[in-house]
Amino acid sequence: MSARLGEVFERCRAEGRAALVGYLTAGDPNPEQSRALLLALASRCDVLEIGMPFSDPMADGPVIEAASVRALAAGTHIADVFEHCRAVRQANPDLGIVLMGYANIPYAMGFDLFASRAAEAGVDGVLIVDIPPEEGGICDASFRQHGLDRILLLSPTSTDERIRLACDAGSGFIYYVSLTGITGADMGDITGIRNKVAHIQSMAGGMPVCVGFGIKTPEQASQVASFADGVVVGSHFVSQVAANSDAAAALAALSASADAMRAATARETAV
Amino acid sequence: MSRLPQASPDHPVYSFDITHAPDAGGHFGRFGGRFAAETLMQPLKEIEQAFYAAWADPEFHRERLDLLKNYVGRATPLYHAERLTRLVGGAQIYLKREDLNHTGAHKINNTIGQGLLARRMGKKRVIAETGAGQHGVATATVAALFGMQCDIYMGREDMARQMPNVLRMRLLGANVIPVDSGTATLKDAVNEALRNWVATCEDTFYIFGTAAGPHPYPLIVRQFHTVIGQEARAQILEQAGRLPDVAVACVGGGSNAMGLLHPFRGDADVRLVAVEAAGYGLQSGKHAASLAAGKAGILHGNLTYLLEDDEGQVQGTHSISAGLDYPGVGPELALMLEEGRLQLDSATDDEALLALQQLTRCEGIIPALESSHALSAGCRIAAGMRPDQLVIINLSGRGDKDMNNVFRHLGWLEGEQ
Repeated sequence: MSARLGEVFERCRAEGRAALVGYLTAGDPNPEQSRALLLALASRCDVLEIGMPFSDPMADGPVIEAASVRALAAGTHIADVFEHCRAVRQANPDLGIVLMGYANIPYAMGFDLFASRAAEAGVDGVLIVDIPPEEGGICDASFRQHGLDRILLLSPTSTDERIRLACDAGSGFIYYVSLTGITGADMGDITGIRNKVAHIQSMAGGMPVCVGFGIKTPEQASQVASFADGVVVGSHFVSQVAANSDAAAALAALSASADAMRAATARETAV
Repeated sequence: MSRLPQASPDHPVYSFDITHAPDAGGHFGRFGGRFAAETLMQPLKEIEQAFYAAWADPEFHRERLDLLKNYVGRATPLYHAERLTRLVGGAQIYLKREDLNHTGAHKINNTIGQGLLARRMGKKRVIAETGAGQHGVATATVAALFGMQCDIYMGREDMARQMPNVLRMRLLGANVIPVDSGTATLKDAVNEALRNWVATCEDTFYIFGTAAGPHPYPLIVRQFHTVIGQEARAQILEQAGRLPDVAVACVGGGSNAMGLLHPFRGDADVRLVAVEAAGYGLQSGKHAASLAAGKAGILHGNLTYLLEDDEGQVQGTHSISAGLDYPGVGPELALMLEEGRLQLDSATDDEALLALQQLTRCEGIIPALESSHALSAGCRIAAGMRPDQLVIINLSGRGDKDMNNVFRHLGWLEGEQ
C-alpha cells in the first residue's frame, strides 16, 4: 500500500475540504500536448487519475471514449503513459497518482511488470474498471508487492456483501460511481448519493470514499464535497480538451475549470 | 451403440444435466470469469441465480421446449447430403439444419431461453448486440412474442452488409441503433450494448448472443444451444446407427459451435472441429481467427483468446461474414483447444463463397456465409476420409440475409441497371 494516498486525504480533511480527484486520458489529444494538460491539472488536484487509452473502453461514455480514440490515433503507447506519470510525479511530490484503465492493458504486459513500471514511475494506486474484487487473484499480489493501492469501485447496485468485499480487497480509497451509467452521464439524485455514501463510509473503516461520474459544475462538486471524502471530475475535464483544438486554449479552459472545481471542494465556502 | 446422455423422461432427446460446468466464478480453467464493471456485477449475479433456478424448474423447460417445438420448429432435421457426399468423394456428410429454424438460424434457441428468463425476472425491456443481424432478429422476434421493448445495437458497417436483417428487426418493432465507434462492427456493438445496460439494468435484460462475455453468459448460451448437438446425436444414432467421426461448426464467438459440439465432448472418438474465418488468409493479418492467431486477453467480461497487438489493444478483424467478424471467442472453446479436445480449422472468404455456391447448386440449400465456413472446412475434411465414415456439419443459418453481399462479391450486381 502506498502511504501517499492516505496522507492526501488526511491533509484535505485537516484543511476542511474534500479532495479533488481529476481525470485525463494520457496521450489526449497527442503525447506532447497531453503532458502539459496533465501537469496543469495535477497542480490543481489532490489526486490525479491518469487514464490508459484502450481500444474498447466499455464502461466509458462518448467523451472519454473519444479521448481514447484520439490518444491511440496520435500514437500513444503504454511507455508514454508511464513517462507522463513520471513527469507529473517529479513536479508534484505530494500528489496522489492513480492509473486508471481496462484489464487487457496490464494483462498483456503481465501484472508484475506493469506494477513495477507503474511504481517506478511514481504511481500510488491502480484502478482497473473491469477487474472486480472477485477477479483480483490475477493482479492483487503484484500490486501489493510493488506498494500500489488497488482502488475499487462501488455503485448504486452494490449490495452490502459487495461493499464489504470492496472494503476488504481495496485500499487507498473507494470510488463510488454515483449513478448506474457510463462516465459523463447526468448525475443522479443527490440525496440518494449522500445516503449511500454515508452507508459505505460506515462500512469502510476509515477508508476515504470519493464520488464520481457525472459531476459537471462547481455547484455539483460543492454538494458532493459536503459529504464525500473526494470529488472525482473526469468527463468534464476531458471535454475541455475536446472542445478546444487550439493547444493554448485547451490548457486555459482546463486550468480555469480545474480552479473552479478546486474552489468548490472547500466545505466551509458557499459557492 | 453409445449410450445417450441422461435424458428427461418427458423429452428423451434432451438432457438437462449441466456437464463441464465452470467454477463458481464462471471460470473454464484459466479462461472465462466475470471481468465486468462493478455496476454490472449484481445484475450478472441476478441473471446467474435466475438461470440456475429456471434450469432446475421443470415448468421452465416445458415452456421452453414447447416454444422450441411449436414456435421455432424444432427438432431441426439431420439431413444426409448424398449428392454433396458424392461430389466431395469421402465421408458421408450430414447437415444439421439449423437454417430451418424460425428466423433462419440457430440464434433463436438462445433468445427463447433468455427471453423466458427476462420474463421470469420481470424485465420489461431487452437489448442485444448483433453482427450478422441473426441474433438481433431472433431477439426482436422474442421481444415481439413476449411483448417487450427491444433495442438492438449494430455496427454501422454491419448494417450496410446486412440491410435485410436491419429492416426485419424494424418490422418486428425493434429499434436498431447504429454504432459508429471503433471499427463499427460486432465488438463495438457489444461495447455500446454494455454501456446501455450499465445505465438501464434495473428494468432491462441484456440478451447476449454468443457463448462469451461475463459469467453466466458463456454457460447459459451454451446450455440453450445444446439442443442442437443433443438432437444431432440422437438423429445420427437413429439414421446411421452410430456416432459421427467428426462434428464441424464455424466459430465467431462460439454459440453454434458449443451447441453442436458440447453434447459430443464425452464421446472420445468424435473429433470436434471449430472453423474460424480466415478472411483474406491467416497470413494476411486480415481475418477473425482468434483461436488460431490470437493470445489470451481480457475483453467483454471474460478472459479468452483475443486478436490484439503487443500492448493489448484489440485489433480490427476482417471476414466476409459479419457473424464471424469478432476479435474474441468463447472462453470454453479456448479451454477445449488448450486441452486438446478441439481441432482448429479455418476457411477464407473465397473458400466460404465457393462452399456456399457448391451447396446451393448441388443440394438446393442456400447456407449463410457463416455456415459456409463450416461447410468449406467440413467438406475438405470429409474428402480425406473413407466413405464408411460420418461427418456432421452444423448448417447454422440460411443465406437469404447474405444475398446482396454474395452477389456483389460474385460481380453479379455490376453492369445491371
